[in-house]
Amino acid sequence: MDYNLNHLKELEAESIYVIREVAAEFQNPAILFSGGKDSILLTHLARKAFFPAKIPFPLVHIDTGHNFEETITFRDELVEEIGARLIVGSVQDAINAGRSTEEKGINASRNGLQTLTLLETIEANKIDAAMGGARRDEEKARAKERFFSHRDEFGQWDPKNQRPELWNIFNARKGFGEHFRVFPISNWTELDVWQYIHMEGIKLPNLYFSHKRSVFLRDDVWYAETEFMERKDSEVLVDKIVRFRTIGDATCTGATLSEAGTLEEIIQEVASSRVTERGGRSDDKRSETAMEDRKKAGYF
Amino acid sequence: MEDTFDSAEYLNMELMRFTTAGSVDDGKSTLIGRLLYDSKSIYEDQYEAIRKTSEQKGEEYVNLALLTDGLRAEREQGITIDVAYRYFSTPRRKFIIADTPGHIQYTRNMVTGASSANLALILVDARHGVAEQTRRHAIIASLLQIPHVVICVNKMDLVNFDKKVFEDIENDFRKFASKLDVKDVRFIPISALMGDNVVDRSTKTPWYEGPTLLYLLETVHIASDSNHIDCRFPVQYVIRPQSSEYHDYRGYAGRIAGGVFKKGDKVMALPSGFTTRIKSIDTYDGSLNEAFAPMSVTITLEDEIDISRGDMIVRENNLPTSGQDLEVMVCWLTDKPLQLGGKYAIKHTTRNARCVIKEVKYKLNINTLHRNEEDSSIGLNDIARISIRTTTPLFYDSYRRNRNTGSLIIIDEATNVTVGAAMII
Repeated sequence: MDYNLNHLKELEAESIYVIREVAAEFQNPAILFSGGKDSILLTHLARKAFFPAKIPFPLVHIDTGHNFEETITFRDELVEEIGARLIVGSVQDAINAGRSTEEKGINASRNGLQTLTLLETIEANKIDAAMGGARRDEEKARAKERFFSHRDEFGQWDPKNQRPELWNIFNARKGFGEHFRVFPISNWTELDVWQYIHMEGIKLPNLYFSHKRSVFLRDDVWYAETEFMERKDSEVLVDKIVRFRTIGDATCTGATLSEAGTLEEIIQEVASSRVTERGGRSDDKRSETAMEDRKKAGYF
Repeated sequence: MEDTFDSAEYLNMELMRFTTAGSVDDGKSTLIGRLLYDSKSIYEDQYEAIRKTSEQKGEEYVNLALLTDGLRAEREQGITIDVAYRYFSTPRRKFIIADTPGHIQYTRNMVTGASSANLALILVDARHGVAEQTRRHAIIASLLQIPHVVICVNKMDLVNFDKKVFEDIENDFRKFASKLDVKDVRFIPISALMGDNVVDRSTKTPWYEGPTLLYLLETVHIASDSNHIDCRFPVQYVIRPQSSEYHDYRGYAGRIAGGVFKKGDKVMALPSGFTTRIKSIDTYDGSLNEAFAPMSVTITLEDEIDISRGDMIVRENNLPTSGQDLEVMVCWLTDKPLQLGGKYAIKHTTRNARCVIKEVKYKLNINTLHRNEEDSSIGLNDIARISIRTTTPLFYDSYRRNRNTGSLIIIDEATNVTVGAAMII
């Protein structure tokens, strides 16, 4: 008998271990659920971790109000199917109440406003460990994240003073008002995620598969036509066959021209792709350290 | 990457974790950039971004080191200040690199990166030879029981690919390493900047007959790095579904820390000492007849015995050591020195407890390996042998025998910061 796991089963075992450690060490954990493939994967792994019991903590969705409709439908069906509790933190509510101010102009996005609503939702629900589907291969600043990432009472990340993380022993101790962000799928790559989704038959929103959509070009990125985005006169709507490699707020998530309509085709496409999946994210393009700056302030 | 990607092959890959260490400016970031670039793990937009930055700075070559220096402070100072994790794969293996800084003040990060690695890659600048940092890194690799060590003699282009320079460094290191506990050491002459012997064999080192670095990383035997002999199952979480379908279900969830567990096995629960048999080994994908380290599973037992988080399920005929008095090698990770007689929180497997520091036996000089029994002041980056007494018994093995059950972390109860990494002797 050969006692050897392939790399996907080893990643799965590691993630399940991390999720269980969170459930055991914290009073009030939650999964930050965006409707994207990574948080769907995370939710799937959480189901596995507690089977045959239900996931013993809620899903939290930070809703910018600028969603693709498919994401919300998918979210509601998933929550129903697994019998989980859903908490929605609304950016629109924060704007209405005057706690957040909309960005102005053509590149206006609510991406930055999510941070405030996220921190408010964490505080209001007394969440002491917020699990996210971030991966270290996504972006330079994420490469330095710990599995258990400590946040001070202002929700800030201090990248130069992170706790050392040794072996697989996670230090979950914290002071009053502080919380943790935990990233159980830290070690997965984009290709690992797709292969695993295929292997496990995990359902995804249709946005990930190629479809015809009305889009326009801005700064070399194709954006979907939505009511939330203003277009310049030069930005003409055209119909293209596209799919999304990441799903975030509709105003900052670019579409990829792609014919990949099945998981097999997507895997082929990702494996031969020469551009990172966040290459279509205008939120990362604002500066070379855009992600680090947002993370320090408490972003996902 | 024009050829079709083979999905079936992808499901057959092993996972290998390695750590990289080196002194300032010995080209570690460049080497990682080179591995990522030559194995086609760099995307066009990433490459384009660093090409532009290199050009703006007026650099002669595209600075591959920029790929790995993620934080703003690092980009400004051109150095690496924290462990960064990198990923790449070849058709044989998926690699996780823990890229650790070489500065003396950040040794704690090197220990962090080394703690879960199968292999340590240590860079030596061919012009400078075995340096204090090289020795320090080798000692840490030995202390943390990394099974394989590869010494990359870098910047060979700056010494005209001279065979004698390479051999002198190899001899120097071997002399020193004979005092260490490293089983497998290899040496490779490379130029990270030019790519010699990294992915492709160099034409400038005809005298070198060994493998390229990537070939070595792909083929070194790691399957026996896990302990599959001593059965250890630290209970992480108790699963009680509270549903009509699973009314009386009581499952012990955890990740196997050692050995192979089989359905029907006679097992003992610690600390209670009660024995019973394994009724089932459950996963979401169905029940298993056997499970082994490092799988995450849920175990149910024939008899109802009281087991909770922090307890351990083991085989009756192969017990771990139980006790409250432990001898450990500790690496101190923080500015505030270790307090002799001080009380700290500890975490060992899934068990949280407290301990008191009873004695400092000696401090290890990590350049000479000299044991100084007179010096009991243990500060940042010091490595020492100490004895501790815990508030509650731990179930442990020696670190040499099992990294999972032989390691623990020491936590400052006032600041909650992890201050010590301890390996049980």
